[in-house]
Amino acid sequence: MDLLVALTLLMLAVFLGIELITKVPPTLHTPLMSGSNAISGITIVGALVAAGADHSTFATILGFAAVTLAMINVVGGFMVTHRMLGMFRRSKTSKTGDL
Amino acid sequence: MDDWTILGYLVAAVLFIVGLKRLSRPRTAVRGNQLSATGMLIAVVVTLTDNAILSFEWIIAGLVLGAAVGAVLAVKVRMTAMPELVALFNGFGGGASVLVAAASYLEAVDLQDDPARMTGAAALAVLIGAVTLTGSLIAFIKLREMLRWTGFAGMRVITIGATVVTAVLTVLMIVDSSSQWLWLLVAVAALLGVVAVLPIGGADMPVVIALLNSLSGLAAVAAGFVLDNSLLIIAGSLVGASGLILTQIMCVAMNRSLPAVLFNPAPSAGDGPSADDVYAGKVRSTSADDVAMLLESAERVAIVPGYGLAVAQAQHAVRDLARRLEERGSDVVFGIHPVAGRMPGHMNVLLAEAEISYERLVEMDNINPTFEQTDVTIVIGANDVVNPVARTDPNSPIAGMPILDVDKSGVVVVIKRSLSPGFAGIPNPLFASDNSLMLFGDGRQAVVDITKALQEI
Repeated sequence: MDLLVALTLLMLAVFLGIELITKVPPTLHTPLMSGSNAISGITIVGALVAAGADHSTFATILGFAAVTLAMINVVGGFMVTHRMLGMFRRSKTSKTGDL
Repeated sequence: MDDWTILGYLVAAVLFIVGLKRLSRPRTAVRGNQLSATGMLIAVVVTLTDNAILSFEWIIAGLVLGAAVGAVLAVKVRMTAMPELVALFNGFGGGASVLVAAASYLEAVDLQDDPARMTGAAALAVLIGAVTLTGSLIAFIKLREMLRWTGFAGMRVITIGATVVTAVLTVLMIVDSSSQWLWLLVAVAALLGVVAVLPIGGADMPVVIALLNSLSGLAAVAAGFVLDNSLLIIAGSLVGASGLILTQIMCVAMNRSLPAVLFNPAPSAGDGPSADDVYAGKVRSTSADDVAMLLESAERVAIVPGYGLAVAQAQHAVRDLARRLEERGSDVVFGIHPVAGRMPGHMNVLLAEAEISYERLVEMDNINPTFEQTDVTIVIGANDVVNPVARTDPNSPIAGMPILDVDKSGVVVVIKRSLSPGFAGIPNPLFASDNSLMLFGDGRQAVVDITKALQEI
């Protein structure tokens, strides 16, 4: 990829991110953080290549550690976000009250 | 990379974008998170099927181990500990970026194929990644309250020194392709993360968490430049932007600039009035029974929670009180300050866990105009965010900070252990005002007592 193409991609994605996130209400800021945190685990893609490229034993070990750390980030991040979002509910108009 | 892999990455990037978009409304947020997770799964699968990968033993071991640890942490964590967990995950993300960039750079040096662009990107990736890793670990330790030490006086010199050294090492790496500079850079950046976060504490924690969140995204972007990978650049930028916005929101909510948070951690209490001047003879304390009497005739009740509510584990007790009031015909809302809690939106999650509907959680800007029509406001475990000095005294350390105008409601009941100051270290005239009553004691017990007293009326 050309450096300028990569920089273009970077700038567009930053502006898109700003547009997307500005609309998130404060109520959802914590799930937003843990969810976007999980997305930052995308480094796992690079980690997989490093761990599987069979270049040298040392590089493979670095790759293995990277896969592990990124996977904790990804799986933990998405799961805890799911758990949190499940707690957000609208008021139910049931007999037990309006909360 | 073959074309199918790149196409798969495109699909993943689109799923991340749509997923984040859906996270902006509570009704669609669960689906949004699932879409993002699907995008991640697609990214992993297309990478595994790409022919760059030759052996799978270590990959499978890492995937299984990481997934198991991540899942256990996600299932076990208490909602009060969410800030620590997010800090920890941030750190792991940063650490992964360091390792990926290092592995990739070392391979390039071996093959003598390390253009300046790639080396520069690798230097940035390990720099940002290592700062994120150790900074997040320090934040984690501080949030767990395992460490209160805020460092020594001359530490800022080390911070500045380390910053300069990282810049020099980056240049050395580009000029002289040798792996020793890389490891030195990792070490100095790791030190930088420690000394930068160590002095920051208390009320500034939400800013730090948001900033580290942003950095973990930027580390992924830099790793993307190392690997020439469009998906890392796009996804990392989205996260970087998201963290920056949250950082900005937190700074505005505290009326502090980001440089002030980073370089001037402890705002001085100044020479404002002493606690004795403010409180002497004017503080009225009350009992749970009296508060229940007040609430009995209140049509509109606002509850303002602070982090003290979480510490006292009073969320469920507060929910029961709110339900009881609703049954008696009162209108109950919750007023949430943006920095209530230890990370952006933390209080909302704690109240959601206690099954309080998100529609009742009202943002500061929306609830402030309604305090004048509110009969009783109950403040639980909050202090600085309801201190009217922010509006009235331009010399106060919190001057200009947006606050919840609880002092404008009919009666304010403040539930608090003592008259001790909040993070800002200044007395709060609200506690001594004519329409305020102090209910001293443990937050949870006090709320339980009020609820019980209401039942007996």
